[in-house]
Amino acid sequence: MTCAVEVRDVRRVFRTHAGMLAPERVVRAVDGVSFALPAGHVLGIVGESGCGKSTLARMILGLLPISEGEILVDGRSLAAMDRRERARLIQPVFQDPFSSLNPRQRVRDIVALPLAAQGNISGRQQRDQVMEMLARVGISAEIADRLPAQLSGGQRQRVAIARALVLHPRIVVCDEPTSALDVSVQAQILNLLAELRRDLRLTYLFISHNLAVVEHIATEVAVMYLGRFVERAPVDELFRDPRHPYTRALLSSVLTPEPGNGIPDVGLGETYPDPANIPPGCRFHPRCPVALNRCRTQAPDNIVTHGRLTECLLAEGAQGTR
Amino acid sequence: MKHAATSLGALIVFAVLLAAVVAPLVAPHDPFVQDLNQRLVPPEWMDGGSAVHPFGTDQLGRDYLSRLLYGARISMMIGIFTVVTSGLIGITLGVFGGYFGGKIDEVVMFIITCRLSIPLILVALTVVALIGSSLLVVILTLGLLLWERFAVVSRTTTMQVRNLDYIAAAQAAGASRRHILLREVLPNILTPLVVVATLEMALAILLEAALSFLGLGVPPPLPSWGLMIAEGKDYMFFSPWVIMIPGIALFVLVLGINLLGDGLRDLLGAARPT
Amino acid sequence: MSPVLEAGNLRVTFGTSVAAVRGVSLTMNRGETHCLVGESGCGKSVTALAIMGLLSRTAHRSADILRFHDYDLTRLSERGMARLRGDRIAMIFQEPMTSLNPAYTVGSQMAEVFQRHRRVSRATALDRAAELLQRVGITAPGLRLKQYPHQLSGGLRQRVMISMALMCEPELLIADEPTTALDVTVQAQILRLLQNLQRELGLSLLLITHDLGIVARMADRVSVMYAGEIVESAPAGALFAAPTHPYTRGLLRCIPVPRQVRRDEPLGSIPGVVPRIAPDFVGCSFRDRCAQAMPDCARHVPRQRATIDHDYLCRLPTDWTRAEAA
Ligand SMILES: Nc1ncnc2c1ncn2[C@@H]1O[C@H](COP(=O)(O)OP(=O)(O)OP(=O)(O)O)[C@@H](O)[C@H]1O
Ligand SMILES: Nc1ncnc2c1ncn2[C@@H]1O[C@H](COP(=O)(O)OP(=O)(O)O)[C@@H](O)[C@H]1O
Ligand code: SF4
Ligand code: SF4
Ligand SMILES: [Mg+2]
Ligand SMILES: [Mg+2]
Repeated sequence: MTCAVEVRDVRRVFRTHAGMLAPERVVRAVDGVSFALPAGHVLGIVGESGCGKSTLARMILGLLPISEGEILVDGRSLAAMDRRERARLIQPVFQDPFSSLNPRQRVRDIVALPLAAQGNISGRQQRDQVMEMLARVGISAEIADRLPAQLSGGQRQRVAIARALVLHPRIVVCDEPTSALDVSVQAQILNLLAELRRDLRLTYLFISHNLAVVEHIATEVAVMYLGRFVERAPVDELFRDPRHPYTRALLSSVLTPEPGNGIPDVGLGETYPDPANIPPGCRFHPRCPVALNRCRTQAPDNIVTHGRLTECLLAEGAQGTR
Repeated sequence: MKHAATSLGALIVFAVLLAAVVAPLVAPHDPFVQDLNQRLVPPEWMDGGSAVHPFGTDQLGRDYLSRLLYGARISMMIGIFTVVTSGLIGITLGVFGGYFGGKIDEVVMFIITCRLSIPLILVALTVVALIGSSLLVVILTLGLLLWERFAVVSRTTTMQVRNLDYIAAAQAAGASRRHILLREVLPNILTPLVVVATLEMALAILLEAALSFLGLGVPPPLPSWGLMIAEGKDYMFFSPWVIMIPGIALFVLVLGINLLGDGLRDLLGAARPT
Repeated sequence: MSPVLEAGNLRVTFGTSVAAVRGVSLTMNRGETHCLVGESGCGKSVTALAIMGLLSRTAHRSADILRFHDYDLTRLSERGMARLRGDRIAMIFQEPMTSLNPAYTVGSQMAEVFQRHRRVSRATALDRAAELLQRVGITAPGLRLKQYPHQLSGGLRQRVMISMALMCEPELLIADEPTTALDVTVQAQILRLLQNLQRELGLSLLLITHDLGIVARMADRVSVMYAGEIVESAPAGALFAAPTHPYTRGLLRCIPVPRQVRRDEPLGSIPGVVPRIAPDFVGCSFRDRCAQAMPDCARHVPRQRATIDHDYLCRLPTDWTRAEAA
């Protein structure tokens, strides 16, 4: 069976110069990520700001060249595809619906763009398909003639979803699609995305820093830290039995609406990760509450135990004990 | 107050534009016909003036009001066509540099730097002196020289716009580069460029006047306002109106354009280009 | 004991068409954490700015009561207010970058605040700043004092903001979404810090947020805001145990709760969006989105008591929720 998305040891390096005399800053934004996502699944990717989630997403969308590695979409190399073919397979939904819609275009033209770019769809067909997709995401016909500035945040995100789905792609990459929305609107959009996935048999890559949202929508979850997936597991297992110390810290920092429980101590300390300066050994060791001496030198890359990726030296010895 | 100034600017520009368009219909005389018996007739409101020549006549007896109206055509033509030419050059360079970045941007920056190190007036003078002056030469020379502000402003705004998600969405939608540049980028950088256009237009009109004053602008007998001042300067002691009337017209027009540009900037919320 | 802050029927309008705050009343006691929760645009920040006297010139503020201890804030001069601000009342803003000046070091900004209110030398002020940075968990205060805001990470910047607000030991701290821009891990650290500081110093905290998780973990008392009004106010326990206003109930159903997710079911959601309210609006502002709405909701809506310290703004009787649950 071919996977919807297959990512093989992908890396991306950014080189920036702060000034003439300053040394070059080399940011390893994505530092060796591999995974295969079967069709119809939803991979949730969580992690702190700057850990490389968006960089990975943009590479999978073909918007950013890869430094190393290979990405296959629907069994074929992304690098070998032309832009029209790629657009028919994979589409994005971005975080900020205020910047993801061209402020100078009407809703109907925004949604028609992927169809128009195919170059072989008549104007009449385009119009019909746009209106059908807008209706599908809950945007009424009279809104089609408005400009983005005249829409609410939720409506804009619906328009962005309509644009992503109008070509009936197989894969949708959602980069924090609800982080900029209010909770009541977030719930509407999450329900819409779940419904569309069922009806249109879509595969999602769903990036979020909200673990509860990921738990709600994902079938499997990858936890990203400084450019790598440090843990990856089916959603129930990951939330029931988190194995990587960073996953545990992330989970314990979620504030559920249970009064009286107070704020938990996350135990990650004062140091903040810097992708221009990745620690040797285990990249998490400066913040790890259970770090061992050998964690400073020995990198736990690609450790798989019991079919689960857990990049921690403790994972082999201490399976399931915590 | 601000609002009134903008309206005044718009009114002035519109009035001059209108005068330029309808000059052949409303001009009382042919601006080129000389009448050596009627030389240096003062304007109507001065001693010795007459209603036949409301603004008087020049040293060759041509009707000054008619020449002023036809002069508006020259000024507006210079202003508009220079801005179109320089806008095309500058915006193309700026958008390419800002959008593609890297090597292309370095080349664009180099061209802009070269242009900035060229002494404007001197080169304009030399070119016109070498090729000989005509309206077309003046427009092309100014157009080829006055684009750098367009380039700088469109380059920086393009850099801001190209990082917005709707550009990424268009790329992911499979849109061509042409579509992205013309439909996604360009409409979203126009606002600050409108303000640049007003600044450049005023500058072009002044430069044309300066060139004409030095005898290197539009050739006589065309009635350019700069040329009118140049031709009148020998008579200014006894017939001051021959330079005051075109001088005031020039001043008012440039003031109007600048007021309009200032107002547009505030209205459109664009930052003042430098 | 007299309350630290008391607001009665606080109103703020912008021009003639926008009523951002419409009759907000709240009381804060010493050492209490009061959470103001609601979706964006419902008037939380404007309420905070109105209390601080920091509204823009286009705003018009009125109130029946607006007292801080014995000061009547409605009559206090701008100078008097400036003397209170930063000294006895402090505020942490939503976006730390806009409230820290990028041109000055952390140290000089912190010292400046202290010297504005206390007659002390620069060196004393810097010592105090270092002491506070240490207190909010910053490990190398000497170094941080010499740095500029852009050299700090988001979490550090927010800590600097907090310690700056604490320079003069205020009695009331208003924090407007202090962790919205931060990662969950950093958010937990900052909130824990705020909670500890508050216990140690006995300060009253008005915490503005849209996150019901934060509310549950931090608040003594909660006020739910909608379209410029407080639609429900109760002790935190009571609010989560027995939410009564249809909006509060809707909000609680919208949030996915970790480890209680039912993936086969859609999340509860509230249709529609927050309306923009004009000053002459009458009736319940939630009626367009309310499943319980009835014709009378377009007329005057009473503020009712569910218990002695739990009130809500709705026509429904207190026990209507039992009917809904059934
Ligand atoms: N074009 C670029 N040039 C230089 N560095 C970049 C570039 N794009 C991203 N980076 C760096 O790469 C790292 C990863 O960035 P990325 O945007 O993927 O993070 P993220 O996980 O999506 O974070 P967030 O949750 O804040 O969206 C960051 O350190 C970022 O500063
Ligand atoms: N300076 C202003 N001029 C006009 N309207 C304003 C201004 N500031 C805020 N508002 C309006 O007041 C309402 C409440 O805003 P705010 O208090 O910032 O909401 P939030 O609850 O998200 O903090 C919004 O409708 C907003 O648009
Ligand atoms: S390898 Fe060591 S430092 Fe890394 S997560 Fe495991 S225990 Fe912590
Ligand atoms: S007053 Fe009416 S419309 Fe408003 S919340 Fe109560 S039932 Fe709903
Ligand atoms: Mg991102
Ligand atoms: Mg706010």
